[in-house]
Amino acid sequence: MKQVATRAKISAAGQPRKSRIVLLLLLPGMIYLGLFFITPFASLITTSLQAPVPGGGIGEYQPGFEPGNYAFVTGEYLEQIVRSFIYATVATLLALAFSYPIAYFIAVKARNYPILQGLMLTLVIAPFFISFLLRTFAWKEIFGQDSWISNLLRDTSIMASDEFLLGTPMVVIFGLTYNFIPFMTLPLYTNLERLDTALLEAGSDLYAKPANTFWKVTFPLSIPGITSGTLLTFIPIAGDYVTASRSFLGSPNTAMLGNVIESNFLRIQDYPSASALSVMLMAAIVVLVSVYIRRTGTEDLL
Amino acid sequence: MNRFSLGKYLLPTYTVLAFVFLMIPIAYTFVFSFNDPFKNTTGWQGFTFDNWTGVCNNIDVCLAFGNSILIATIATIVSTILGTMLAIALTRYEFRFRSATNLLLFLPLATPEIVMGAGLAAQFLNVGVPKGIGTVIIAHILFTLSFVVVTVKARIATLDPKLEEAGRDLYAPPTQVFMKITFPLLLPGIMAAALLAFALSFDDYIITAFNSGTEVTFPKYVFAAAVRGIPPEANVIGSAVFILAIALVLVFQIGGAMRAKSLAKKN
Repeated sequence: MKQVATRAKISAAGQPRKSRIVLLLLLPGMIYLGLFFITPFASLITTSLQAPVPGGGIGEYQPGFEPGNYAFVTGEYLEQIVRSFIYATVATLLALAFSYPIAYFIAVKARNYPILQGLMLTLVIAPFFISFLLRTFAWKEIFGQDSWISNLLRDTSIMASDEFLLGTPMVVIFGLTYNFIPFMTLPLYTNLERLDTALLEAGSDLYAKPANTFWKVTFPLSIPGITSGTLLTFIPIAGDYVTASRSFLGSPNTAMLGNVIESNFLRIQDYPSASALSVMLMAAIVVLVSVYIRRTGTEDLL
Repeated sequence: MNRFSLGKYLLPTYTVLAFVFLMIPIAYTFVFSFNDPFKNTTGWQGFTFDNWTGVCNNIDVCLAFGNSILIATIATIVSTILGTMLAIALTRYEFRFRSATNLLLFLPLATPEIVMGAGLAAQFLNVGVPKGIGTVIIAHILFTLSFVVVTVKARIATLDPKLEEAGRDLYAPPTQVFMKITFPLLLPGIMAAALLAFALSFDDYIITAFNSGTEVTFPKYVFAAAVRGIPPEANVIGSAVFILAIALVLVFQIGGAMRAKSLAKKN
């Protein structure tokens, strides 16, 4: 803090106009975040503690202090909470396994072909250019009851004739993985792009098997990329409710935390429950992010 | 030696197959934009150009699309201006609470959309603001802001601060230094940030669902339609936006490559 203060003073002394300009640059954005990011959090917390209006109708709540709301939602929705974290973990690991070879190929093997690199990166982010919902709907149709995949699985007796692909955990996790693959591939690419290939040559010069070179050199060096990739994938998956919703790939048996928050907030208008679940999700993610970053040692993600 | 040649073919083959896999839903959307709508909305019913020539015969999808464009345009303009100012402040100036500012800007990126959406909705509810286009725009500026800051910051990091110093050494006033040196150099980064903000806003469903009330955006239309089956006109809009976005990205990339080449020649 002291050091920061001294540095600020030096630069203020050198360029006296700067300190006033920086305030003008910062204020509008900071006020915006204060009004629409910080205060909503406070709103979320106060709403999560609200109590129903005695004798009131649906969606009528009054300010209160009901920490019991948290115990209630934990008991009521434990299944969906646990499921969200399992699905998000599995989908994140699948996305990592899928993305790593692609990122490695684009960043290291194609390094000397910048135009090819650019084209491949465009292909990686191409799914972002088509609506998230249209993409997910396409998978819904592909896995649908009468789709050729379903028929093939039935004809080969892998699936019984009264079974469906849609609504199973497998298909929901598949959809989650697909939807967030670019969030994993891009940070991995950014990291591997900086990988010094001389280190790999050193490994093979010293007669290390390629697998050994990978696990001892490439992999440890790519941990910052893996860290930001897993966080950027895990966080949106944990809160997603489109993929697992009944209108898309899911069923009531695959409902995740997001689906519960959505139905409590927008359908049954149980605002305190929806808010309590949101606060819990956010708290879990803050804990996760800080533990994770401390462990893998990449302090500055931005 | 053997292992080496195996690796040589394995990785490219895998990458090509992975790209094919990534393209499946895009191809599906594109193909079904030509599906004949007059019979049934599920399954292939026959080829027609009618959906492309008469998108707005389905008036609902067109209105939803219009709303999405309006929201994305306003949100992008505001968020790009605010985000660029923040990025310049964070990279070019020394000030107290810098790390607190960084943290405040990182938090929205680490917040699941549903938490941000529910938080804003709870706030609008408590304050008594009716939901509509305005509240959606407020929400979209919020969640795109940090992405703009990150993108512009990345661009500023590649700029040589000596260029601005040279301007100041030649007694150019700060506004002139900004307009003649900083801003033109930053423009590609600002454009990229604006494109990203627009794409994020246009495609957002979750935050929008919580803050739009009865207003329908394109993603909201698709979500509601998904229960019965998506009308081909929605696939037309999705495909058209995809083609436009890919074309823009390719133009940027080829432009960048050509500029790099001509610079190399000059040197």
